[in-house]
Amino acid sequence: MSLQVAESAIQQAEHADEAGGGLWREAFRRLVRKPAAIIGAIFVAIFVIVAVFAPLIAPYSPTATDLSQIKGPGHIPGPSSTHWLGLDDLGRDVFSRMIYGARQSLVVGVVSMAFGMVGGIILGLLAGGLGGWVDATIMRFVDMMLAIPGLLFAIGIAAMLGQSLVSVMIAIGVVNIPVFARLLRGQMLAQREADYALAAKSLGVKRSRIILGHVFPNSLSPVIVQGTLTLATAIIEAAGLAFLGLSGADPAIPEWGRMLADTQKFLTSAPQLVFYPGIAIVLSALGFTLLGESLREALDPKNRR
Amino acid sequence: MSLLDVRDLSIVFSRRGRRDVRAVDEVTFSVAAGETVGLVGESGCGKSVTSLAIMGLLPKRGAAVGGSIKFDGTELTSLPADKMRGLRGRDIAMVFQDPMTSLNPVIPIGLQVTEVLRRHRDMDAAAASKEAASLLERVGIPDPARRLKEYPHQLSGGMRQRALIAMALACKPRLLIADEPTTALDVTIQAQILELLKELVVDSGTALVMITHDLGVVAGMCDSVHVMYSGRIVERASRWELFEAPRHPYTAGLLASVPRLDQARGEKLEPIPGSPRDTIPWTQGCAFAPRCRNRIESCTQGAPELVADKLRPDHDLRCFNPIDVAEQEAVTL
Ligand SMILES: Nc1ncnc2c1ncn2[C@@H]1O[C@H](COP(=O)(O)OP(=O)(O)OP(=O)(O)O)[C@@H](O)[C@H]1O
Ligand code: SF4
Ligand SMILES: [Mg+2]
Repeated sequence: MSLQVAESAIQQAEHADEAGGGLWREAFRRLVRKPAAIIGAIFVAIFVIVAVFAPLIAPYSPTATDLSQIKGPGHIPGPSSTHWLGLDDLGRDVFSRMIYGARQSLVVGVVSMAFGMVGGIILGLLAGGLGGWVDATIMRFVDMMLAIPGLLFAIGIAAMLGQSLVSVMIAIGVVNIPVFARLLRGQMLAQREADYALAAKSLGVKRSRIILGHVFPNSLSPVIVQGTLTLATAIIEAAGLAFLGLSGADPAIPEWGRMLADTQKFLTSAPQLVFYPGIAIVLSALGFTLLGESLREALDPKNRR
Repeated sequence: MSLLDVRDLSIVFSRRGRRDVRAVDEVTFSVAAGETVGLVGESGCGKSVTSLAIMGLLPKRGAAVGGSIKFDGTELTSLPADKMRGLRGRDIAMVFQDPMTSLNPVIPIGLQVTEVLRRHRDMDAAAASKEAASLLERVGIPDPARRLKEYPHQLSGGMRQRALIAMALACKPRLLIADEPTTALDVTIQAQILELLKELVVDSGTALVMITHDLGVVAGMCDSVHVMYSGRIVERASRWELFEAPRHPYTAGLLASVPRLDQARGEKLEPIPGSPRDTIPWTQGCAFAPRCRNRIESCTQGAPELVADKLRPDHDLRCFNPIDVAEQEAVTL
């Protein structure tokens, strides 16, 4: 099945290329030839579909309890035909909770990545575009932020902002700002020396236009690759913060990190409860990582035909 | 008065921890309106930095420009940056060596052409894109409306260079500097591009500074030729004069290494011995001395000056022991 999908994607991409398209289209064509990219894309697609259509897919409400199945204190029913992944200690359907958990994780991942990316792009654009003392000041600030270990930094911010999902997203976002800023600035400094920038200058194009209209769009591809990779780390970091009890979300709202934290006490009696969210976090993060790394390779000018 | 007047141009690159590099020195030449002037020399002799200096595109830090560059009476070396930007693309334009990298890869060709029109000719988007299509048509790009929507990688090298030429000529500049515009292209395409350039500058009355390492290019189009070696002009003459009777041993060497139609088949080309790096500083003598067949003792004792040739009118020379005209005639006969 996946091979067919890949093949039709190749055909589509090739067709599109004839009709017009740019760097990204060309990169896409190379991307669909990479098995790692396909696997990553499949994981990501499943994750996103599940997250978006959670209410349609989940057989039960994530908060509904089915106490009839619990045969006594400490009994945690395993998989059955009515509850595919079994129930948790409170009698809630684990499969449904996993599905709704995907939603939480996707929101946290996307929002915190977007926060970090936008912040980083603003700082990187100012530094790489204006140069001089603006650049020096911003980069010193960014270096300071980078010197603090990421998770520690996030814990600090999340603790400061109070326990809530929003503060988790802000914390992870802030931690990722310096990476994006640095990447964009470095790329812009390199692209400013490119031939097309000199050619634009030779035509009298204004400096601000060269920076915003030529250099900036050419500097974005590594930032977008980093964004994909950051989705993976953001999901893991969010799980980590939830695990440490910093997400503060309503315990009834399923969230993979929180499920992992809440169920670790059953590691010996019902290890499946720990296994499910664990594997979900790993696979979704792996999906984004595979996709991001393949995208990096596909966009690399060295790999161009 | 000439359109472009370069007097005693010097360009010195300095970088911390390194010795200063005097890339160009004592360069003087002028270009009259509508004239085509060749600047010829091997790699590294300072052709590109000379053109960048005229365009005001050398890095502000680390590159010191001395002497004077006058365009239509205006001194460019001291012109404020915004005034210079107003001239670039409108009055003086440039075509670069590598069409593969001189276009922005992520922006459609059309936007890059209209950008110039909107910048200098105050056109609105609709008028600019119409004009862009007719510009592409003029440089021989078929189906211009479609090409405008395409990205650089969808065009061949020759097509890209045509698009870049269209951009450079979009505002009918009075001076065009072409820095090896065909070096990166296939041989068959090279001739087409040169033909196109020739045609366009004649049509629009644009003066052209043709920079090349290939005397064959010069032969087809330049009114006068300046031969550079190691940052200085070593010989200057009209095209006919230079090809008929090269007086500088370096020019003669360059000519001997160009394949000629009248050459017997199998006859060996004679390249100049050594490489452009085998040079001595001009302060110690003639920079070409290590490779020169005509070298005499005085060549390494002091630098020759660029002076009018005693034997030929309208011919300047920087050499202690130029090739004898009589000797040359003997060779040609
Ligand atoms: N930014 C720079 N910093 C230091 N030296 C430079 C710089 N740019 C050029 N040079 C020096 O100036 C000299 C002339 O370079 P230029 O690029 O003008 O040569 P060219 O005649 O155009 O050669 P080519 O045929 O290879 O294009 C070279 O020797 C080079 O080392
Ligand atoms: S000055 Fe001397 S070394 Fe230099 S080109 Fe003339 S003859 Fe040769
Ligand atoms: Mg050059």
